[in-house]
Amino acid sequence: MEILVCVKRVPDTAENEIEVNRDGSDIERDDLVYSVNEWDNYAVEEAIQIVDKVGGAVTVVSLGDEDSEEIVRREMAMGANNGILVSDDAFEGSDGKGVAAILKTVAEKGSYDLILTGAQADDGAGQIGGMLAAMLDLPYASVVNSIEVVSDSQLKVGREIEGGNQELNEIGLPCVLSIQTGINEPRYVGIRGIRKVASVDIPIWGAADLGLDASNVGQSAAGVKRVDYFVPEFGEGAEILEGSDEEIAEKLIDLLKAKGGIK
Amino acid sequence: MAAQVFAYIVHKNGVADDTALELVSAARNIFPDTSPTAIVTGSGTDLDGVCNDLAASFGEVWKFDHEALAYPNAEAIRKLLMAVLPADAVVLFPHDTFGMDLAPGLSIKLNSVFVSDAAGFEGLDGNNLKVIRQEYSGQVSTHLMADISAGAVINVRPGIFQPDESRSAGGQVVDKSSKIGDLSVGRRFLEVVEAEAGDVDITKEDILVSVGRGIEDQDNIEIAEELAEAVGGVVSCSRPIVDAKWLEKPRQVGTSGQTVKPKVYMALGISGSFQHMGGIKGNPYIIAVNKNLKAPIFQIADVGVVEDLLDFVPVLTEKIQEGK
Ligand SMILES: Cc1cc2nc3c(=O)[nH]c(=O)nc-3n(C[C@H](O)[C@H](O)[C@H](O)COP(=O)(O)OP(=O)(O)OC[C@H]3O[C@@H](n4cnc5c(N)ncnc54)[C@H](O)[C@@H]3O)c2cc1C
Ligand SMILES: Cc1cc2nc3c(=O)[nH]c(=O)nc-3n(C[C@H](O)[C@H](O)[C@H](O)COP(=O)(O)OP(=O)(O)OC[C@H]3O[C@@H](n4cnc5c(N)ncnc54)[C@H](O)[C@@H]3O)c2cc1C
Repeated sequence: MEILVCVKRVPDTAENEIEVNRDGSDIERDDLVYSVNEWDNYAVEEAIQIVDKVGGAVTVVSLGDEDSEEIVRREMAMGANNGILVSDDAFEGSDGKGVAAILKTVAEKGSYDLILTGAQADDGAGQIGGMLAAMLDLPYASVVNSIEVVSDSQLKVGREIEGGNQELNEIGLPCVLSIQTGINEPRYVGIRGIRKVASVDIPIWGAADLGLDASNVGQSAAGVKRVDYFVPEFGEGAEILEGSDEEIAEKLIDLLKAKGGIK
Repeated sequence: MAAQVFAYIVHKNGVADDTALELVSAARNIFPDTSPTAIVTGSGTDLDGVCNDLAASFGEVWKFDHEALAYPNAEAIRKLLMAVLPADAVVLFPHDTFGMDLAPGLSIKLNSVFVSDAAGFEGLDGNNLKVIRQEYSGQVSTHLMADISAGAVINVRPGIFQPDESRSAGGQVVDKSSKIGDLSVGRRFLEVVEAEAGDVDITKEDILVSVGRGIEDQDNIEIAEELAEAVGGVVSCSRPIVDAKWLEKPRQVGTSGQTVKPKVYMALGISGSFQHMGGIKGNPYIIAVNKNLKAPIFQIADVGVVEDLLDFVPVLTEKIQEGK
């Protein structure tokens, strides 16, 4: 099975405090620690496991600036066979549709049986997988937490829906799936793994390589434009307890007692 | 401009989801005078109950009754919507696993803009709708301008827009089932497998000590267990803890986990994502321990401690034990 996995480089929210920059045009990007979007790691792991079982190859693609190369390489160290970086100044300021339109041309340059995305990325949008499927006229399933290869032309997939229940579906290939965390346990990538792929050539494709008219992507084509970033006014918010750990603990114990938080 | 606004109604066992009336409020945040049209799809007698209950709150309720719609299949419903919606429709969905499944692709097929997980609207400037979203797990917010001249598909964050019971729209149920065309799909629904029950039922507990990614390591779960024991509560968690297999799925609080109704909820190293908070009902007293003051949990909690939980929680546990 030929599998394409879309991966995004994002600031790691577990490692960083995200702040708005001075004029509100972006977040403060100096000193941020970046990583692969959490969901995409599960997608790559799933693709590798499928190929281990039924054969084929895994290709990872990331759209971003040249720094995104490091995450493509990281996913290749996990075991993806091929990597592609899609990068062009003309792509900047693309909205979700722009990103999906670009990834569509990447998908069409290959011949993939299965295309995987993460369920969502740092924007929390969860939009690219569904858009890509619709643009390619392929069946789609979101928040997928299990994949079973039934035949060359069919998968059985579980979707994790509300309450943690699982919705089982049959879906024809080729198709697009967006992957939910927890579907597998992504393998650890060590320094040695990274070293092994350090010199692998990762092609960079721009608008011309993909046959994209620059006026159809990027900021000018975006129907959804980001205006600014801001930090919402704190409503009432939590009462923050101050003092030494011991003092705070004592205040908290009084509150717990009052609210029925200590039996 | 006055586009027609539609709201997709999620329903189960003959009862509309809370999001149904939230979408009415969301619609009026965009167009103050609108009475949106409810779209209700399904099969059989359950459907009539849902439609009749909604009629008072919507301008119209469009009922689509078909065997193939008995279970909401996003692909089938997309086909249906493409056939019945006017060109510049503004269509609202709740941002849940169904909305995520259907809405992005629908926006492509309708050739209209898509806005995901909208948390607020700040008015229309001509055809440009100003939307508020949260990014980076809610640490910052952003304003978007969406050009809705060719319509829009908008997923609305559940729990944000409060239903306004005071305004009646006095709408009617219109049976549109005859408009249903081809519903053939490439993805066929098989069955729903219910989540397994665990050794403890966190939905019945009054005191929950809940751990998130901030617990950092499996071995540290003990810290929370000791606190839970000291206060007479039970340990629950956020999703990443289950993904890492540090605790069992039945301990997970949130939209894709359990819905809990404790008296006191202690969130240790939990950022406060809406999918997590969506599983906490009954307005408990929430205590947050988090080392990042910007974590959205502090906007929701009643009291906060800005500390490393690995240092603070053992101190708290010890003080409680001393006092007993
Ligand atoms: C400087 C800057 C300016 C921006 N301006 C705008 C703007 O004006 N309007 C606007 O709407 N948005 C803007 N964006 C956001 C940008 O369009 C988003 O990256 C886009 O919407 C897709 O990401 P997402 O988080 O929404 O993806 P989601 O739909 O949440 O992600 C789901 C999955 O899609 C795949 N995916 C997403 N992005 C990529 C990628 N880049 N490469 C490979 N796979 C990917 C991954 O598999 C991911 O798990 C801007 C971003 C930046 C950094
Ligand atoms: C369809 C869907 C369904 C979902 N359903 C659920 C669900 O049911 N339940 C759920 O929980 N999530 C759910 N999620 C995931 C959700 O979006 C968040 O990713 C998740 O809730 C984040 O968990 P967290 O708060 O533990 O981790 P993070 O967001 O990473 O937050 C960790 C927090 O710990 C703090 N911290 C770090 N170290 C320390 C320390 N030493 N001391 C104190 N604080 C520290 C950090 O400042 C941060 O605020 C769902 C997502 C999707 C897409």
